[in-house]
Amino acid sequence: MNAKELDINQTLDHVAQSLNAILESRNIQNPIMIGIHTGGVWVAQQLHQRLKLNEPLGTLDISFYRDDFTRVGINPQVQPSTLPLSVDDRHIILVDDVLYTGRTIRAAFNELFDYGRPASIMLAVLVERDGRELPIQADAVGQHVALEAGEQIKLQGPEPLTLTTTQA
Amino acid sequence: MKKKNRLQLDENGKLKHFLTIEGLNRQMLIDILDTAESFTGVTEQTIKKVPLLRGKTIVNLFFEASTRTRTTFELAAKRLSADVLNINIQASATAKGETLLDTLRNLEAMHCDMFVVRHADSGAAHFIAQHAAPHISVINAGDGQHAHPTQAMLDMFTIRRVKGEFHKLNVAIVGDVRHSRVARSQIHALSMLGVEDVRIIAPKTLLPSEPEAFGVHVYHDLREGLRDVDVVIMLRLQKERMRGASLPSEHEYFQLYGLTEEKLALAKPDVTVMHPGPINRGVEIDSVVADGPRSVILQQVSHGIAVRMAVMSMAMQSHLPEAAGGRRG
Repeated sequence: MNAKELDINQTLDHVAQSLNAILESRNIQNPIMIGIHTGGVWVAQQLHQRLKLNEPLGTLDISFYRDDFTRVGINPQVQPSTLPLSVDDRHIILVDDVLYTGRTIRAAFNELFDYGRPASIMLAVLVERDGRELPIQADAVGQHVALEAGEQIKLQGPEPLTLTTTQA
Repeated sequence: MKKKNRLQLDENGKLKHFLTIEGLNRQMLIDILDTAESFTGVTEQTIKKVPLLRGKTIVNLFFEASTRTRTTFELAAKRLSADVLNINIQASATAKGETLLDTLRNLEAMHCDMFVVRHADSGAAHFIAQHAAPHISVINAGDGQHAHPTQAMLDMFTIRRVKGEFHKLNVAIVGDVRHSRVARSQIHALSMLGVEDVRIIAPKTLLPSEPEAFGVHVYHDLREGLRDVDVVIMLRLQKERMRGASLPSEHEYFQLYGLTEEKLALAKPDVTVMHPGPINRGVEIDSVVADGPRSVILQQVSHGIAVRMAVMSMAMQSHLPEAAGGRRG
């Protein structure tokens, strides 16, 4: 197995800068940041600090909204979603670690709308890779990673956060 | 017990039918509690639903009257986005002479996926699980004097929420243990989860024939049995028993076995009072206790929904082909 580690802090800084620029250009004050379990929550914790957000961080576990329950079943270790504030009419920054097929984000949208009607949602991811199966793209991306066939990318954490690509 | 195990679990060891606590293992019970815990968040959503069982049809097959159990099963199924049919058999086909198996075959022909069964005969849910088509899951919602496993699990869920863990607890079950399917399932679940001291407190006439076989400590005196308990579970006194020879008057029963503030003072100061409902105020429990700060009777009802969601979704996933592991992200 051949593992390669990517510079996490630089990548996080890059996401934070992009997000700041978007928030400014859209004139959004006090957004609510929501991380998707598990890796997305770790990334969101880092971004929440870097952006010095006032509102508490929310977390979303999309297990009950996945489109492959009929294939893989449920995992008893599902974390309850915690959204400390109403999402109605609020600007949401949804955070995940890796954007790949887009199915997780689709599930997250569905779950989010069961909590209310946000004013807007933007998507921030640490890395994106090829392989989208749905028309979903991120607004803020730490870096784009080109992977060879059979290569995988994984975020490990929470302390320290490491991002490695591995060749199976 | 082995046979029950085979029927309840599929070839991959996943829950297929939920008929009784016996034959399951500690990890399975913990998985049910953990899954239920994650479903509690659904009630906080504006739209109190998750799409997990969308397109599935669940039949509440009730041969015996029930309000709380049936409605919480119904709500649980609806929160999982399943379609629910409530069939009250007393007023239905069997009254017209259709046999139970004919009723089952007809429901199968309507492409139902799960039967939730309540029946006055012990073993009824087991019988239905044996005879139902292979794609159907059966959940026991109470059979005769045998078992009521989802009630026991919601009680375990409540105990874990309040007390944190099971090992060091003293738990007393008080009242008509002999006729209680709830007590039987609770005793199995408590000992499987590692509770060291399970007590049953009842007059001799309301004890099962060999109580020691359950691995419990038996008390006939409520005051003695309540000493230092962490959790006291009161059982409903079925008034019809009063007409038999097994009991004195309601008044006398309350004097001896009714839970009052004064008797409760013998238990630990942070004792938790539970009751599966419906409660007979002034028979097995004083209103002051039932409505008091140590009572979690209404929390039990809310927890029943999350626990039933867990059991139903776990049973429905046993029919899946072994993890295909699609791409995520």
